[in-house]
Amino acid sequence: MSKKLIDSGNAAAAMAVQLAAAEVIAAYPITPQTPLTEKLSELIAAGEMDAEYVAVESEHSALAVCIGAASAGVRPFTATSSNGLLYMSEQLHWAAGGRLPMVMCVVNRGIGAPWSVWNDHQDAISQRDTGWIQIFAKDHQEIVDMTLKAFRLAELVHIPVMVNYDGYYLSHTYMPFELPEAAEVRAFLPDYDYKHTLSPEHPESLNTVTLPDARNDINGVKQGSYMDIRHNLHQEMCLAMDVWEEIDADFQQRFGRGGAPILDPYCCDDAEFVVVAMGSIANQFRDVVDRLRQDDGLKIGVLALQMYRPFPIARIAEALQSFKGVMVCEKGLSYGNQGALYADLKSALYPYPARPRLHNFITGLGGREIRTDDLYLALKTACLQDDLTTPVQNDTPQWIGLQL
Amino acid sequence: MQKEFPQMIQIRWHGRGGQGAITAAKVVAEAAFKSGYTGVVMAPTFGTERRGAPVSTSLKISRAKIYDLSPITTPDIVVVLDHLIINEVDVTAGLKPGGLLVINSPRPVQEHQLPGYRVAVANVTKLGIEAGLRKGIVNSGIIGALSKASGLLDIDMLTRCIADEFAARKPEDNARSAQLAYDATQISEPNKGDAHA
Repeated sequence: MSKKLIDSGNAAAAMAVQLAAAEVIAAYPITPQTPLTEKLSELIAAGEMDAEYVAVESEHSALAVCIGAASAGVRPFTATSSNGLLYMSEQLHWAAGGRLPMVMCVVNRGIGAPWSVWNDHQDAISQRDTGWIQIFAKDHQEIVDMTLKAFRLAELVHIPVMVNYDGYYLSHTYMPFELPEAAEVRAFLPDYDYKHTLSPEHPESLNTVTLPDARNDINGVKQGSYMDIRHNLHQEMCLAMDVWEEIDADFQQRFGRGGAPILDPYCCDDAEFVVVAMGSIANQFRDVVDRLRQDDGLKIGVLALQMYRPFPIARIAEALQSFKGVMVCEKGLSYGNQGALYADLKSALYPYPARPRLHNFITGLGGREIRTDDLYLALKTACLQDDLTTPVQNDTPQWIGLQL
Repeated sequence: MQKEFPQMIQIRWHGRGGQGAITAAKVVAEAAFKSGYTGVVMAPTFGTERRGAPVSTSLKISRAKIYDLSPITTPDIVVVLDHLIINEVDVTAGLKPGGLLVINSPRPVQEHQLPGYRVAVANVTKLGIEAGLRKGIVNSGIIGALSKASGLLDIDMLTRCIADEFAARKPEDNARSAQLAYDATQISEPNKGDAHA
């Protein structure tokens, strides 16, 4: 029997990892991730989870332990936030380049300096080019479901997966969610079977120094070198989008939830304007959109981006190409340029001649309160601007909630 | 008698760091969820809290799923775990006209009346000791006062959830503390408050 309960987002993540039967947990505490790994250590200590908890002295070591575990054919899990993720950065590239399947929850938090323990997305966005798959959850149910699906994706495509959810907004907030039955999860997520498992009987050289050119192996078979290996990572990461959709379809059949694994639209069918966002703020926008439709008669919808890397270029461009205006609202940016998502989206829309006008909003950095009224006003202003006979394309990020 | 409630009930809790306001809100969230509310969101506001400093948390309860996780700005109900916080924090900020203010206070309700608001008072600190709790344990008791004054959730469901939450820390005494506060809560209606203002 599945179980419905109310608990924190961190607890939801921990229970999903328990259901996924992760075998090695290595993590270093950092706010707001700490309660997640505390819960896992409690489950293991109480004998309710058959896993090895490795207490490490840093995030760098946490991911190194996971890399070792995955190499030995064991299912690892770790979690972190903010500067902890950055301390792992070298190992992030290594895990992806080494094609080691693993799942990490990143409980999104702003990066110091100055210190902030509160939420934004700069931690995950700054690691977007490491070769990890990055998905973003909007609520506790998605934390559970995405974590379970992420293990299967990682192990099918041999690429590590980062499950992102908002610090405090989700990690420390209590809301209801459903946990599937353990036996049904086992049927959905079979044991991890790694064909390159470290074994003295079958010695292999893995991730040694590669020369610039491809060369033959000891059997005379031509093997790609660094560039070829990295090319394959890119190709297979792009294909992972299709695999993610297949996994979601199977999950939906088994558990009755899913159907929007990459893009989750709300009120977009008849819309002229669409706001694009990731994580819990995309849900907040649903209420804003309802109000703009009801009070102002504006035909507006919201498109939640659930998968940021690989970036669903074709899917998102096709979904957005014919709208009048698109507002991209982000909790992070590429300093000196624009929001990273905004730039990605603008680039994806380039081939479409009828592409919409674009607006870039930055909000909620370091936990700055995101007032629903402010979002309402920002969207309304942007819609009215797009309705002018000669609208101006403003490429400069607009900040919502500044207190300067 | 089941009252008619608006689409969403928003309850803001004010307490002191270490007083257990978040735990109290969590218990009410659990009870609301078990009573069939689909939308329940308890979102603590985290600051640089330390023991004794004022803290607050948001609880939203609705029959439909809740999408907006931003902190409550216009509460229907405000719960205050320590009446002295009223001198430090503007606890009624944004409280809707006719809204409910629930206070743990040794003073009678007449001394807490506020124009335009319903005010409910119970001496939860004293009742907690009578129930067998250590002095200063008020987060279970205040739930009883909230239940009596709001009619939002059944007191039996709430005491059951309290006993579950405090399973390892005097579950029965904590549940009794809520029942005692429920029985002792005094309520002042808004018009009466106006007259005394």
